[in-house]
Amino acid sequence: MDSGNTAWVLVSAALVLFMTPGLAFFYGGMVRSKNVLGMLMQNFFAMGLISVIWVVVGFSLAFGGGGNGWIGNLDFAGLKHLAQADAHLPGYVKDFALTVPALAFVAYQMMFAVITPALFTGATADRMKFRGYVVFLGLWSVLVYSPVAHWVFSPTGWLFKRGALDFAGGAVVHINAGIAALALIVVLGKRKGWPNEAMHPHSLPLTLLGTGILWFGWFGFNAGSALGANNLAAQALINTHLAAAAGMLGWLVVERLKDGHATTLGAASGAVAGLVAITPCAGFVGGLSPIAIGAIAGIVCYLAIQLKFKLGYDDSLDVVGVHLVGGIVGSLLLGVFADKAVNSLGANGLLNGGSDLLVDQLTAVVATLVFSGVVSFVLAKLVDLTIGLRVSSDDEAEGLDLSQHAETAYNFGDFASMGRIG
Amino acid sequence: MKLVTAIVKPFKLDDVKEALKGMDVQGMTVSEVQGFGRQRGHTEVYRGAEYTVDFVPKVRVEILADDADTARIVEAIVTAARTDKIGDGKVWVTPVDSVTRIRTGEMGTDAL
Repeated sequence: MDSGNTAWVLVSAALVLFMTPGLAFFYGGMVRSKNVLGMLMQNFFAMGLISVIWVVVGFSLAFGGGGNGWIGNLDFAGLKHLAQADAHLPGYVKDFALTVPALAFVAYQMMFAVITPALFTGATADRMKFRGYVVFLGLWSVLVYSPVAHWVFSPTGWLFKRGALDFAGGAVVHINAGIAALALIVVLGKRKGWPNEAMHPHSLPLTLLGTGILWFGWFGFNAGSALGANNLAAQALINTHLAAAAGMLGWLVVERLKDGHATTLGAASGAVAGLVAITPCAGFVGGLSPIAIGAIAGIVCYLAIQLKFKLGYDDSLDVVGVHLVGGIVGSLLLGVFADKAVNSLGANGLLNGGSDLLVDQLTAVVATLVFSGVVSFVLAKLVDLTIGLRVSSDDEAEGLDLSQHAETAYNFGDFASMGRIG
Repeated sequence: MKLVTAIVKPFKLDDVKEALKGMDVQGMTVSEVQGFGRQRGHTEVYRGAEYTVDFVPKVRVEILADDADTARIVEAIVTAARTDKIGDGKVWVTPVDSVTRIRTGEMGTDAL
């Protein structure tokens, strides 16, 4: 047990928790003002529901033993066997031995479990019924998130053992949530009026504030994944920052060339694209690689968000374009830029003479896409056929704030906010 | 000359605008308004306290038109704004004494 490492992991848990409100504002600014509370609520609610599910079964399914490589057992259900300072997690031995209390690790990983499903709320914006969201969210966390986290993050998981690398969640978080987002919007359908009706972001200042919070919290996400206050954490932190910076620049350059203006929403989106792509790579690359990874992600994600208009799916706030595509870009580029000199537990990518890693990365990407895509689609269909996934046409026109939550976000004392109590 | 005034559901404004553009209407003025008719308002709940809000957001559309065009315009608005549900709004027509285009000083139907 190391007190410095423990302090860093505890702080990182708080940083990653803060990303979910950040995400809420990043998305909330982009929707119309009648839907902003609906968006904030879906994100905040994940902090409630997923945290409880995580300690009851989620953590155990993700990091418990069992030895099958696919899913953990229930040894840690309800936080059993975790409270002692010497609590041991299966697979975390030798090179991977934890130097922090198991409970610190449980808390830290909990915040990843919270934000991952929150990511897909951007794709389903403006039309998902709250009741349907609640049920889908809980089921998805147990049936999709925990297994994929086991495969990739747990040293006993089958993809981990194959040699696939995912420092902080390129596959587990971004590809996983991104393909789930695509499955959900296939079931949900387009928003009324999309793509002909203008659906302007109602507050880009909120979106930029949310971006800043995400960027800040991402240091906990990536540098915290070193699970220690050490050189690797410093490398991951600087990689994270540089990729965000280069992602913003890459997006803005291509946006300026193609659309004629560098926009604030472009700056925010490019930074997030860079952050997404560096997530799997953060502790395995060094030098100027993060700048290349971030810039490529910024450019590719800019191009990817145009696809929805060509293919006709309403990925409202570009979760597929930024998180799915950015996650795939990062996971595959890791097979190119990885450098064992940075992290001896990693591997070498193509540029450093290693050719196996790219194959392992591709395996992890495809496995996550297929599993999460299929199970998410089936879950979405089941929820849709039973309690319903989409609000009624009238509720959609009225907005999620009033129809789902009986509240309005902005009351400036005008006629619309006059009323009687009772 | 007439002033055609319509109160419509906000999400129907685009349909109304497109219908009128398609029949050679040269311009219109729109404003966000609140009011109530037969449609009920809504309730909001804050920490258990229920607020009844009677006023419903609507859009007011105003068009200056030549007498001969008025009936067609009214019909186009009614068709475009109708959802067959309560709260679809109203259209009314009032006489206008004079209209002047500020830039040129043209008056009457020339100013429409």
